[in-house]
Amino acid sequence: MSASAKKSWNWLLWLGFLCALGGFFSYTFFAQFPITRDYPWANLLLFAAGGICLVVGLFRAFGKPQAYRGKVFGPILATLGILMFGFFSYVFFYQLRQVPPSTGAPRVGQKAPEFTLSDHDGKDLSLRDLVSRSKAVALIFYRGFW
Amino acid sequence: MRSFQHRLPELESRGIHVVAISVDPAEINRRQRQKLGYTYTFLSDPKAEVIRRYDLLHRGAGPKGTDIARPAEFLIDSSGIIRWVNLTENIAVRARPEQMLEAVEQGEQAASH
Repeated sequence: MSASAKKSWNWLLWLGFLCALGGFFSYTFFAQFPITRDYPWANLLLFAAGGICLVVGLFRAFGKPQAYRGKVFGPILATLGILMFGFFSYVFFYQLRQVPPSTGAPRVGQKAPEFTLSDHDGKDLSLRDLVSRSKAVALIFYRGFW
Repeated sequence: MRSFQHRLPELESRGIHVVAISVDPAEINRRQRQKLGYTYTFLSDPKAEVIRRYDLLHRGAGPKGTDIARPAEFLIDSSGIIRWVNLTENIAVRARPEQMLEAVEQGEQAASH
């Protein structure tokens, strides 16, 4: 029996990596709920938990190498975790904010520009028709499903 | 969009007609609407003419660099006047139906005074 066979698996490193993986891939799930969509609390918490586990795991791997494994896979998992966190932050805090300023968009108190467009059944509908039929119209512009 | 579907009965009971606009063709809208179980109106602006008129064009942000709409929400009253606007600064952050209901309520209060 070699000494390495007795070493603990250092599960914290794997748990930390799993948390980071979860933080990275779970936004589409959390985006269903406004609270975790508007600000990615849940994802950031997962990343934070993952970061703590990875740091403790790395301390174990390098501080007590006779007791814990992970001197090789620890840094690899930690690097992957940091990359995922970096990419997530870039997308959420930079890329998703690249929205045109729309300074010329109609403002409160102004008349909404009139239009006629075809609806989901191919029938033409004008804004005039829409507002005359109800008390108010909630007009939602969206990016599309493509 | 999903949250507006969830709150649709409430919105409709307050006389609010929900209308979504994008560059998607009517055929895609018909299919997506069925698939996702949305029951409100979807309008198609394939050439982004209305999107441009509202200054909501996001150039090159669509598939293969096509022009699409940036997310934005308007509440328009029965005389065609805009009562509430939301121009998000983050694509992931959209208006919630509660904000619109609140805007309608405030408008009603102001009208009754």
